[in-house]
Amino acid sequence: MSAREDILGRIRSALRDAPVAPQIPREYRATSELDQDALIHLLVDRLVDYKARVCVVDAAEVPERIAELLADARSYVVPAGLDAGWTAGPHSAPDGDRRREDSVSAPLTVAELDGVDAVVTGSAVAVAETGTIILDGSPNQGRRAISLVPDHHICVVNAADIAGILPEALRRIDGTRPLTMISGPSATSDIELERVEGVHGPRNLDVIIAR
Amino acid sequence: MSTFLGMPSLPVFGTGNLHAAESFPTAAHRELGNAQLRANLGHATHTIRDKRLQVVSELPDWEQLRDAGSAIKESVMARLPELLEQFEQNFTAHGGVIHWARDADEANAIVAGLIRDTGETEVVKVKSMATQEIGLNEYLEEQGITAFETDLAELIVQLDHDKPSHILVPAIHKNRTEIRDIFLREMPGADPELTDNPAVLAMAARAHLRRKFLTAKVAVSGANFALADSGTLAVVESEGNGRMCLTLPETLITVMGVEKLLPSWQDLEVFMQLLPRSSTGERMNPYTSLWTGVTEGDGPQNVHLVLLDNGRSAALADELGRSALHCIRCSACMNVCPVYERTGGHAYGSTYPGPIGAILSPLLTGIESEENSSLPYASSLCGACYDACPVKINIPDILVHLRSVDVDSKRGKKKLPSQMDVGMKAASWALSSGKRLGLLEKGLPLGRLAAGPDQKITKLPGIAAGWTQSRDIPAPPQKSFRDWWAKEHHGPESGGTNAPAQGNAPADAHNNAQAKAQDKEDGA
Repeated sequence: MSAREDILGRIRSALRDAPVAPQIPREYRATSELDQDALIHLLVDRLVDYKARVCVVDAAEVPERIAELLADARSYVVPAGLDAGWTAGPHSAPDGDRRREDSVSAPLTVAELDGVDAVVTGSAVAVAETGTIILDGSPNQGRRAISLVPDHHICVVNAADIAGILPEALRRIDGTRPLTMISGPSATSDIELERVEGVHGPRNLDVIIAR
Repeated sequence: MSTFLGMPSLPVFGTGNLHAAESFPTAAHRELGNAQLRANLGHATHTIRDKRLQVVSELPDWEQLRDAGSAIKESVMARLPELLEQFEQNFTAHGGVIHWARDADEANAIVAGLIRDTGETEVVKVKSMATQEIGLNEYLEEQGITAFETDLAELIVQLDHDKPSHILVPAIHKNRTEIRDIFLREMPGADPELTDNPAVLAMAARAHLRRKFLTAKVAVSGANFALADSGTLAVVESEGNGRMCLTLPETLITVMGVEKLLPSWQDLEVFMQLLPRSSTGERMNPYTSLWTGVTEGDGPQNVHLVLLDNGRSAALADELGRSALHCIRCSACMNVCPVYERTGGHAYGSTYPGPIGAILSPLLTGIESEENSSLPYASSLCGACYDACPVKINIPDILVHLRSVDVDSKRGKKKLPSQMDVGMKAASWALSSGKRLGLLEKGLPLGRLAAGPDQKITKLPGIAAGWTQSRDIPAPPQKSFRDWWAKEHHGPESGGTNAPAQGNAPADAHNNAQAKAQDKEDGA
């Protein structure tokens, strides 16, 4: 008998008392009903608590803000589908040398990504209450590796994509895409259960909230 | 599969690192002698308790989330065969490969075979309870494959050739100075000027593992959740070592217990609120990765999942104990447990320590396995674990249930009744009649005699000696409560005519002053 048949048989045998699956009481909150200003305020508060750096700007100011944040980067990578205008601001115009583009059809190697200082991505949805940004691998977010290996992640969140609480956010997402939920820079609580920011993932997380 | 319906079979128990090699009291006695351990654990568990309480109190619907979480898991257990088949179908449809393992040996052999097929001799690992449980690292080492633990606490434990003592923070028994010393001793190229600042230590781990992450071709992980309706797996982590292992290698092998399923994507909204707040006391953990089979051009292109039974079907067969399988490995129960806080995790022997381990380990292995029958007694039944559990596992009830399973199993094996059996029979005889109890109480002065001039009994005979091993018993009173009561209410000094007749005393009339006040009122 195969292990599969054996295990399923054991489980069926274990359930011979035929327990009934209960109705799931979903009395928990499904929506938050905060307006956009309140959502932005809450998201900023939570991200700052995680030691992420956050700024709130008008959509038109995003390129300038990105350029400022990239000022010290010797090189950076962007997903091929990133808004072309974002990394072509006044300061980043002559960026041919330090700007790298990554896509599924033309991916950078891991070693190449390790040599890059920063990454700029968009995001799929954010959760204000928990300070969480979700990337779903869409063209403006790219492969998972690019937002992981460089040490500085600059992530743009559109204000319209901020949900109040987790259930609202997950309902906007296709669960079968490769997903990464990010809540602040990498951190550990492994030494005396005290949180320390900055381990293997990007040690610096800049979030630009675009109104 | 319907041929198996209604065909009862004996439970098949789990193997691997699930056993207490010595009884809990023996192990606990030794661990309690380690003052440094107790100080480290006291500090860490109190830190996390405060954090958990704070983030839990922020959510107005915490109890509703717990109710939903509990019901979802109960539903998973009731529908497990169907959900496993559904998950398999979806995961496979997305290019993943499923393997089934009856026990630890079979799972280890499958993983080693998959690694061998890649031609690699090194793998990076994400912290996983399932692979701890089956002893994967040790097995791989025998097979000539080196497994590098990448979670900071697992790395500390691995470098120190130690065993994990906590399911979330395996190095919780070490303080920062001890960790610094381990790094200096065991980490090649560690900076001799390394300080014990946690941030500095985390940086040292980053430098140590970076090259491994960037060059690894194979990773081994566990999984926190598996969603049946989409075939999606989830790993919840903090450091980014999980993302590294789940994203950069060509081959990913995940080992997961069959009970980790959730029926649907919607259920994730419940568990991703319950788990981070219960485990690290954070509103959300820094990173969660979800993948559904293979995504072309993004992440590992060879994706395997080993579904592990290893005693889970046996635990499921215990109708009163099966809810132990609802556990999402958050560790809140150990962080609030007065026993765990003092003995630490090593005293439990098994991969799963603390209150959940005290029920899960004997359920997975059977109560008769090695010293696991001592684990259900490793509790004062205070119930703090039940209050903290995000999926409302009634751990105290299951502890009591397993104690009775233990007593029944021991009784079944013996020809002669034990001292305990005799004592219990005698107590049952004495306590079932007021007359018999009264007769026995006449013997109290004998106890006073035995106590001697210092009014203490320091050594009881037989199995009762255990009671006096670490404390004395004060001499019994001169007369029993019942004698005193009778005298108070019938004797000349009570003076009351309304005193209740002997034997009708209210059960809660233990307070003399209250009883007297009542007498006066009645007499007025």
